[in-house]
Amino acid sequence: MKNINLARNEVLVALVILAFCAFAALSDPRFLSIPTLTDLLRNGIILGIFSVGAMLVLVSGGIDVSFTAIAAFAMYTTTVFLLEYAPGLPWYVIFAIAMVLGALLGCINGVLIAVFRLPTLIVTLGTLSVFRGFLLTFVGSKMISALPPDMRGFSRMMMVRGTNADGSFYSLPWAFAALVIVVVLTWFILHKTMLGRSIFAIGGSDESARRIGIHVTRVQFFVYVYVGALAGLAGIIHASMSRLANPFDLVGLELSVIAAVVLGGARLAGGYGTLTGTLLGVALIVLVQNSLIVLGIPSTFQSITIGILILVGTGLPAWQAKRAEARAA
Amino acid sequence: MSDTDPPLVEMTGVTKKYSGIVALSNVDFTIRAGEAVCLAGENGSGKSTLIKILAGVEPRNAGDIRFSGVAQGALSPRASADAGVMVIFQDFSLFPNLSVAENIAFSTQLSAQGALYRKAEARRIAAETLKRVGVDISLDARVESLPVVHKQLTAICRALAMDARLIIMDEPTTALTEREVKTLLGIIRRLKADGVAVLFVSHKLAEVLEVCEKVVVLRNGEKVAEGPATEFDSASLTRAMTGRDVAETPPDPLAADAPVLMKVAGLSKDGVFHDIGFDLRAGEVLGVSGLLGSGRTELAKALFGLVAPDTGTITLNGAPIPLGDPLKAAAAGIGYVPEDRLTEGLFLDQSIQRNVAVGRLDAYDRGAMLDLAGLWGEARDWLKKLSVKHSDPEAPVRSLSGGNQQRVVLARWLARGPKVLILNGPSVGVDVGSKSEIHDIIQALAHEGLGVIVISDDLPELLATCHRLLVMKGGRITDEIIGTDTDETDLGHRLAS
Repeated sequence: MKNINLARNEVLVALVILAFCAFAALSDPRFLSIPTLTDLLRNGIILGIFSVGAMLVLVSGGIDVSFTAIAAFAMYTTTVFLLEYAPGLPWYVIFAIAMVLGALLGCINGVLIAVFRLPTLIVTLGTLSVFRGFLLTFVGSKMISALPPDMRGFSRMMMVRGTNADGSFYSLPWAFAALVIVVVLTWFILHKTMLGRSIFAIGGSDESARRIGIHVTRVQFFVYVYVGALAGLAGIIHASMSRLANPFDLVGLELSVIAAVVLGGARLAGGYGTLTGTLLGVALIVLVQNSLIVLGIPSTFQSITIGILILVGTGLPAWQAKRAEARAA
Repeated sequence: MSDTDPPLVEMTGVTKKYSGIVALSNVDFTIRAGEAVCLAGENGSGKSTLIKILAGVEPRNAGDIRFSGVAQGALSPRASADAGVMVIFQDFSLFPNLSVAENIAFSTQLSAQGALYRKAEARRIAAETLKRVGVDISLDARVESLPVVHKQLTAICRALAMDARLIIMDEPTTALTEREVKTLLGIIRRLKADGVAVLFVSHKLAEVLEVCEKVVVLRNGEKVAEGPATEFDSASLTRAMTGRDVAETPPDPLAADAPVLMKVAGLSKDGVFHDIGFDLRAGEVLGVSGLLGSGRTELAKALFGLVAPDTGTITLNGAPIPLGDPLKAAAAGIGYVPEDRLTEGLFLDQSIQRNVAVGRLDAYDRGAMLDLAGLWGEARDWLKKLSVKHSDPEAPVRSLSGGNQQRVVLARWLARGPKVLILNGPSVGVDVGSKSEIHDIIQALAHEGLGVIVISDDLPELLATCHRLLVMKGGRITDEIIGTDTDETDLGHRLAS
């Protein structure tokens, strides 16, 4: 049954991706090539890491909009600190510093949300503004292009590189492995640990979770710290790959991220979300962002297209569920 | 288990005060392994306080509690759970987004303190407990997709998986149909044979009486009656709970010349109900009953336009009413009090008088402004007429008891001066005393010439209020009975056959 298929966001998003690729391939035969694939994968790294984090928060029944500010803060502050005191550190230590910084900022969200039990949207809207303002006021607002050497070094480390038949180059940086590791780790946490199952349980009903003895405060705290650390990682990878630490970067991306996650079937009410769906959502958003340009459609159409995709992609299943409910009632 | 063993739970002289108000006064209570006990009482009698103390949620102010003969200090939820005392709350406290298997095994795995989630182990635990209660529910089904009775069974299984020795069930039958209650009772019998004790806490007890050994009745925080279940029946239970005789008398006969008020003909909705037709006369109370899924609720909603029928007509005083449009139905003079007043009928956090007045905004609309004095005055009049017990009309409706909340919904509709009032489950979740008062209100309304339709599966309620009964089965009206021609046994038989 076609209807049953379409009721699942994942199937719907996968079909839209296929349709989109088919359309792109018809209008430009060069679309179906390894360089397109590596471009898409490369462009999906930052959005992907962010989305995995945002999905985790949605599953726990919350919403986080501050992660982009955390990412910018962690990335820029780490860079400034390194250039000042320790420019020679290896890349993995640099990454660790950024992740710890991100986790610390996540702690602030965690304390406000898990301990004081404040509404998550309001808290993260507030901290988004505070983190960003603090960064620009006290840390700096100048772009830095002379990054520490090992950050530049990391951006040159390639998993795959080669030349296409038509002479064009393609490559996939090792940064992609970071996304893979994040996905595998998050999958393990969500599906193989009691902590992960507790995140689902809290998203389903936090009152029930309290009653059966889940430490709701601890679990929520973990979620925001984990998301903070992922944001720190995404921020520092972003700076390395673009070879530029720009404190104005990243903030503003949060809506695309939440769009990707919601397209992938996570529910804003909590309790539902899959990694497959999230990654498909990311793929679709990246595809739209990149391919519209390739197809010669003005980039201003991106936001219209993404908006329509969200309305259709999340509205259709919701509308079908309503209709099924009305029929059952 | 012999009677010489110490009881599973023994409470002596337990007292609980909330800021000076005595909620439980010097109560003794015991329950033995394999025993089922009914704890009866109206709202505010102290039932909930007693459960909360047993579950370790609230500390007691005085008294001793022994679990299997061992004196307990201050209880905590953990300590009670370790002793095998499990409470199944009215809302079941399940996770709608998780599978049946995971819901059943979650507590067990949590208390095993392991960091990893063992899916195979969870499925094994779940399959075993489901087998123990003898029901077949798909392990992978999401709990949100289950019918109420299966949700309840899942909650029972979760308690059993935690080695429950005493299962406390809060209002276990409220949401179940008669047939589902039978299934539940069968399972309770199995549990008792297994040595598990069960404490029913309810104000709708006649149904569970047959599996119980003992009945304990609380009123105003004190134990007013205790004895073998065989010595109680509905009437004596009610007397003990309310402290007075609540006699249910059938309604006065309908005047022979009462005009037809509402006419329903050929009402059908594909797959839901078929060819429904009946007349409702002024001053008549018409009962509609049927098991869950018989189409009774859908019919009630269709009469008020909340469900759009495919074909058919509804006329009121000869004028046709457009189908599927609740606003037009309300304007024509039909009122509908939903079954689930908490989610469908009330603005819980809004004040009592606002909840009444919201139906009358258009009548007090003075251009851009509202005549607030008139609006509030009328709302308060209605609160007084229906004797809603409240301290302050500005207090949120949430603070009222079930019976009083129901009266607020009624007041809202009556303020609009309807001609026909549809009451879906008028006394669901309402205690015995309030219930008979609501029945009196229904009779009084009929006397004033309203047509009333009562949809219910509470047979004594139907017999006490209705002139005529329609029985629905599989979406059709299968039986029409004059109220005085039947009794509870006969009616129950006609419903279930």
